[in-house]
Amino acid sequence: MQFSFTSEQEEFRSILRRFLEAKSPATAVRRLMETETGWDRTAWHDLNQQLGLTAVHIPEDYGGQGFSFVELGIVLEEMGRALLCAPYFASTALAATAILNAGTEAQKREWLPQIANGSCIATLAFTEPNGRWDTSGVEMTAISSDGRFRLDGVKSFVLDGHTADLIVVLARRPGSTGNDSLSFFTVPGNASGLARRPLQVLDPTRKQARLEFRSVEADLLGEEGAAAAPFAKTMTQAAACLANEMVGGAERLRQSALDYATLRVQFGRTIASFQSMKHKQADMLVDVELAKSAAYAAASAAAEDNADLPAIASLAKAAASEAYMQTAISTIQIHGGIGFTWDNDTHLWFKRAKSSEVFLGDPAWHRELIMRAWNV
Amino acid sequence: MSETTEAAVRAEVRGWLETSWNVDAGLVEWRHRLIDSGWGVPTWPKDWHGRDLPAGLQSVVDEEFSRIGAVGVAKAGIRRLAAATLLAHGTPAQKQKFLRRSLSGEDTWCQLFSEPGSGSDLAGATTRAELKGNHWTINGQKLWTTSAHHADWGLLLARTDPNVPKHQGLSYFIIDMHQPGVDVHPLRQMNGHASFNQVFLTDAEVLPEHLVLDVGRGWAVATTTLMHERREADGVRTWGQASVAEGRIYDEERAENATVMEPYKWYPQRAGRVDLVIERAKAAGVNADPVVRQEIAKLLVLAKSAEWTARRARAAQQQGRPQGPEGSLGKLASSHVARAAARVHTLISGADAMLTGQDGPMNGLIAEILVSVPAGSIAGGTDEIQRNIISERVLEMPKEPRMDNDRPFRDVPKNLVS
Repeated sequence: MQFSFTSEQEEFRSILRRFLEAKSPATAVRRLMETETGWDRTAWHDLNQQLGLTAVHIPEDYGGQGFSFVELGIVLEEMGRALLCAPYFASTALAATAILNAGTEAQKREWLPQIANGSCIATLAFTEPNGRWDTSGVEMTAISSDGRFRLDGVKSFVLDGHTADLIVVLARRPGSTGNDSLSFFTVPGNASGLARRPLQVLDPTRKQARLEFRSVEADLLGEEGAAAAPFAKTMTQAAACLANEMVGGAERLRQSALDYATLRVQFGRTIASFQSMKHKQADMLVDVELAKSAAYAAASAAAEDNADLPAIASLAKAAASEAYMQTAISTIQIHGGIGFTWDNDTHLWFKRAKSSEVFLGDPAWHRELIMRAWNV
Repeated sequence: MSETTEAAVRAEVRGWLETSWNVDAGLVEWRHRLIDSGWGVPTWPKDWHGRDLPAGLQSVVDEEFSRIGAVGVAKAGIRRLAAATLLAHGTPAQKQKFLRRSLSGEDTWCQLFSEPGSGSDLAGATTRAELKGNHWTINGQKLWTTSAHHADWGLLLARTDPNVPKHQGLSYFIIDMHQPGVDVHPLRQMNGHASFNQVFLTDAEVLPEHLVLDVGRGWAVATTTLMHERREADGVRTWGQASVAEGRIYDEERAENATVMEPYKWYPQRAGRVDLVIERAKAAGVNADPVVRQEIAKLLVLAKSAEWTARRARAAQQQGRPQGPEGSLGKLASSHVARAAARVHTLISGADAMLTGQDGPMNGLIAEILVSVPAGSIAGGTDEIQRNIISERVLEMPKEPRMDNDRPFRDVPKNLVS
C-alpha cells in the first residue's frame, strides 16, 4: 500500500479544492438542500465539462480518465469537505463501480461512457426497507419469461433514486436466499411500473428515495445468478469511497471549530486560550488524522485490488464514521449555543456525518465484518 | 571520496566491509576499526569519526551492514544521546575524550535530568551546582535515571544560578558516576520491575572542563539531548535485536545487549501487546462472543489507524516533504492504543485477569500488560504535555500563560508535596 500522495495527486487536490470552494459554498448547499431534486444540472455539467470528475476511475476504454481509487478518493474527500450536493456518489462511486464489476463488455461499453461524461446519472438500488446492507436483505424478485426479466419488490435508501436516469438493481430468483441466485439488472428511471418517492431524509444534502417495482421490465446486467461476488466487491470499494468522503467533511468541521475558537472571546480571552479547548482540539486532530490514514489506506488497497481490501475498507468505514460523528459533536460543542442554530453551518455537516455513519452499514456492522475478514 | 551518489556510497562501504568485517574480532576492537574508517557514523563530520555523508544516505550504509550482518557502533541506551549532544556542543577536548569511547561501547552513560520536583517541568530542576575552588560541587536528587547503576558518566542538568529566570540559571555537565558523592538506588515500579534509579548527589564533584557549553546555557544543551531522544524514541524496539549468528563478536554483542536492554524488557507490554489479542481470544474461547468481537475490532481499528498514521509520517519524511500534523500525533495515539489494549485483554481474560505470575494468563504476561500500560501515557512527555504541544505547535493555539519565566527562579512557587 502507498502511504503518501504524489505531487501530481496533491496538485489535483488543490485544483479541486479551489473549484469546489467556488462552486459549492454553503449558500449553494443551503439552496440545493431545500429542493426536492437536491442538485442542479448546470452545476453537474460544470463538474464534468471542466474537470471530468464523473470519469475519474472509469477506464479509458470506456470513455473514462483511467485513474484509480486513490484519485477517486481524493475527489470524494474534497466533495465531502465542500458538502457538494450532487449525485456523484450514486452515479460514479456506486453505479459505475457496480457496472465495472458485474457488466459484460458490451454493457460496459454501453453505459460507462454515458456515466463518464455525465449525461447519464445512474444509481445503485440494493437496500430494501429492512435496512440490511448485505444480500440477506434482498427480497426483490426477478422473474424471467422469454429471456426478459420483470422485477417486483421495494428498494429503499436509494441515493438520488428519484432523479437518476438509470437504476442498477439487485434482485433474486424467487425462492432463493443469501448469496444464491442474485442478479444485477438495469432499469431506466422512467420505466413503466416503477413508482419513485423521495424520502424525508435527516441529511437534506444527500437525497434518498424509495422505489416500488411492480412487474418492471429490466435488462440483466452481467451473468444471471452470479451477482453475489461483484456486489460484495462493490460494497467494499464503496465503503472505501465513503470513508474518504467522510474524512473530508470531518477535516472541514475540525478546522471550522478551530477558527471559531480563535475568534470567540469570553472572560476577556479567546476561548482557544483555555487549556480545555486546546486539549479538545488536539484530540480532534488525532481522531481526524487517524481516520484519514485508514481512509487513505483503504483507497490505496482498492486501487491495487489488495486481497485484504474487505477488512481494510470496513476498518476505514468504521474509523471514519466514528471520527466524523465525534468531530461533528465536538464542533457544535465548541460553537456553544450558536452551533445549535439553523443559521450556523455546522449542522449541515453534522447531518451528513450522521447519515454517512449509517449508510453502507454502521460502525458495529463493519467491525463485525473486520472480524470475519480476519477469520477471528 | 569523489562522489556521494547512492551507488558510489554503496560500492565503497560494501568494498570496505568485504575486506574488513570479521566475526572473530573482539567487539571493541572491531568498533575502533569502524570508527577509524568513518563508516560507524558516516553522517558525522570527517574530523570526528564520520564521512560527512548527507543524512539521506545513512540508510544505504545501514543496508550494507545488515546485508552481511556486520555489527555497528554502540547505539543502545543513553550513550548515543551523549555522543550526539557532545558532537553538537562539546569542546574539542570533550569530543576527544568521550566520543570514541561512547561509540566503541567502552563508556556507558546515563541521563540525570528529571527530579522528584520536576517531571514535565524539566527546567524547574533544583539540583545545585556551585563552583567551589577548582571544581563544581553538586547537591540534589535525580530520578527516573535508566542504567545509572552501571553508567560510567552522567549527563547532568543542574542549577548554577537561582537568581535569574529558570531557563537561564541551568548548566549542563558531564559527571563521573564512579565517585563517593554519587549514590544510586533502584526505584521499584508498580509492575515490580526496577528499570530506573534515584540518584542522590551529595557534594559530588565535576571538573571545570566537564561543563558543556557555557554557564547558564544548559537548557539549550538539554534541548539537543531531548530532541535526539524523541527522534530515537521509535528506535527502542530495534535496539538490542542482536544477531543470533555464531562468532565471537556476536557473543560479545549479545552480552552487551543483555545488560543495556534489561531495563526495557517490559516496554512491549507497556504498549499493550495488541499482537496477542486475537490469539488470546481464541485461547480463552471467547472469540465468538459478540461483545468481545466488537471490543477487539475497536482496538484493531485504532491500532491500525495509528500504525498507518506513522507510515504516512515516515513516507512524507522520506520524500523530504514538510512534516504534516500526522508526525506529531504518534505518542498520544499510542497511549490510546495501549489503554484500549489493556481493557480488551481484561475483557478476554475475565476472572483470570486478577491473577499474575504462573497462575496468570501467559505466565503472568497479561498481568504485566495490565500493570505496565499506565507508564506509556507518562514517560517521554505525558499525554497532557503532548496535547499542549499539538495545540500550540501544530494548531498554533495560544500558549499557556506562564508564572515562572518573568522572575528569578528562587521566587517561583515550588512543590507543596514531594
